[in-house]
Amino acid sequence: MTAVEEPRAGTPRSSSAGPGSRGRTPNDGSPQPVRRRQSWWQRLVRDRAVLLLALPGMAVIIAFQYLALGGNVIAFQDYQPYLGIERSLWVGFENFQILFSGDPEFLSALRNTLVITLLQTVFVFPAPIILALLLHSLVSNRVRQIVQSVLYLPHFLSWVIVVAVFQQVLGGAGLLNNFLRSHGWEPIDIIGNSDAFYALITSQVIWKDTGWATILFLAVLAGIDKSLYEASAVDGASRWRQTWHITLPGMRPIIIMLLILKLGDSLSVGFEQLILQQQAVGLGVSDVLDTYVYNQGVLGGFWGVAAAVGLVKGLIGLALVLVANKTAHAFGEEGVYRA
Amino acid sequence: MSASTTARTTTASNTTARRPRATGPGGGRRQRTRPVIDGVAMPGPFERTVKGVVLTLACALVILPFVGIISTSLATPEQVTEAGGFVLLPTGIDLSAYRMIFAGGVVTQALWISILVTAIGTTLSLALTTTLGWALSRKGAFGVRAMLLVVLISLLFNPGIIPSYLVVQRLGLLDTLWALIIPTSVSAFNVVVVRAFFVQLPNEVIDAARIDGATEWQLFWRIGLPLSKPVLAVVGLFYGVGYWNAFFNALLYMSDATKWPLQLVLRTYVVDGAQLGSQDLGIDAAALPPQTSLQMAILVVSIVPVLLVYPFLQRHFAKGMLTGAVKG
Repeated sequence: MTAVEEPRAGTPRSSSAGPGSRGRTPNDGSPQPVRRRQSWWQRLVRDRAVLLLALPGMAVIIAFQYLALGGNVIAFQDYQPYLGIERSLWVGFENFQILFSGDPEFLSALRNTLVITLLQTVFVFPAPIILALLLHSLVSNRVRQIVQSVLYLPHFLSWVIVVAVFQQVLGGAGLLNNFLRSHGWEPIDIIGNSDAFYALITSQVIWKDTGWATILFLAVLAGIDKSLYEASAVDGASRWRQTWHITLPGMRPIIIMLLILKLGDSLSVGFEQLILQQQAVGLGVSDVLDTYVYNQGVLGGFWGVAAAVGLVKGLIGLALVLVANKTAHAFGEEGVYRA
Repeated sequence: MSASTTARTTTASNTTARRPRATGPGGGRRQRTRPVIDGVAMPGPFERTVKGVVLTLACALVILPFVGIISTSLATPEQVTEAGGFVLLPTGIDLSAYRMIFAGGVVTQALWISILVTAIGTTLSLALTTTLGWALSRKGAFGVRAMLLVVLISLLFNPGIIPSYLVVQRLGLLDTLWALIIPTSVSAFNVVVVRAFFVQLPNEVIDAARIDGATEWQLFWRIGLPLSKPVLAVVGLFYGVGYWNAFFNALLYMSDATKWPLQLVLRTYVVDGAQLGSQDLGIDAAALPPQTSLQMAILVVSIVPVLLVYPFLQRHFAKGMLTGAVKG
């Protein structure tokens, strides 16, 4: 604790300043009072008001983020809800057997997860980048603002609404098929068709979040130095060459950062989205690791197994972020954070 | 967003139009006459047409479903039956679907629960987030750096479904409305955003108030909060939309169907297509409007609040969200 509070060399801080002395206070030239090191208890008492303000919020974060992690111990138990963690039997790594013994349901969930992640990286990830470039190249601000207002909207709708909207438009009695029928064409079976399921969920994600995801890219685009474009125009660069040599390199750090985050999340795909549609299309194509955990644990009562799968999934996700971040640093990129 | 757009318009005045092209070996062969803004040539007619078509199509794909949903909910039963489901342009207006879902049955009940959860939740979230954000902005105070680290690290992982369930169970929150509020009441991301805003408030104001004898609470309440209204608006609206839209928490923690929020009712009767009978709606078994009309009316009721706050949200996006996110 003391080490944490020690002011860094080079940032003078007058000891008389209270808890809120934000960084450096202007030195008025008067001799600095001799710093007397306060014990941690004295500083705690001095800053009690600040700590009191932080307490409720910290309590929620610690309880639901950190203490919750402790719940993972049931991965090593034959957990029974009526016995609780204290009295349930410890079974060692038995629950993890399912990960290695090739349980078909688990393998199917794992495969679906990876397929969906791959589809999303290929089709969903680039969509907002393209849309942002398109919006950024609009000359009329009015048009751009109107388009943005419209395209941001779906992000604020719940998954229940999005799934319902898609059903109403693409379902058997939906907008599309009614239109086809009224013109004497064959209706297309989309909702509840396992062959079309991945195309359906991919388009749902694109519909819901592409507009909103442009917000970060647009902020980055606005920050690219204008003089680069002017200089390149003097040199005779075309619009496409400018995009390729100035705009895209300018977006690279944010793209890499988002790819790292995406990689860390690659084992969690659209839980709410999928659980809503499992009934219609069946578990075969729609069961992913998160829904497997929910179906096995909360619904099926196999708490230990579900917790084991969740735990391994969480650890792999964390490892992926750390590794990807390190790799980004190795290639001279900023990455997500610097340790 | 607004920053970027104004930058473009203001610099448009010093447009370096018709800049002569470099005369290379081809000597003026590729000379263009299009004006150049900020060093970027104006798009040609072909490019402009393609862009126009793409963006119009994208906007239509977002807007049309809503038009259909609202139209169907308002259309007369005859028209809905005749159309076999979906109506794009109602010939007449019939509000019976709305009257029935507001008659006091499951939908009305769920609506009240959603309103209650959203109101209490947003208030609580704002209180917890601003106090914590303020405390974390007090650099140099005891423990602040350690706490900030705890908050930041929590952004990197997610405890998982089962562990979260066990905490809620242990706290005795299962099947209470608090289960829909407390677990999601503090978003670490929003804390970081709010803190970033407090950090960049001018020191002079705060130091002056301190010299005048203001307590920490007074600094927060009288200076911090009033100066941070834009960011509070955004964060509050995000929390509000989050509570209103929350579906999975309710699915996980509420086995008692009488305490379901609107999103779960929506799932049962619209997504899963369960039949809404007159008993569910709390009305006499008179002529029910077609299920589609009822479903669309529920859908409209769940979308409208979001549409109402959306313009306010939109106005503050750039200011509140991006400054916080980028600096955080």
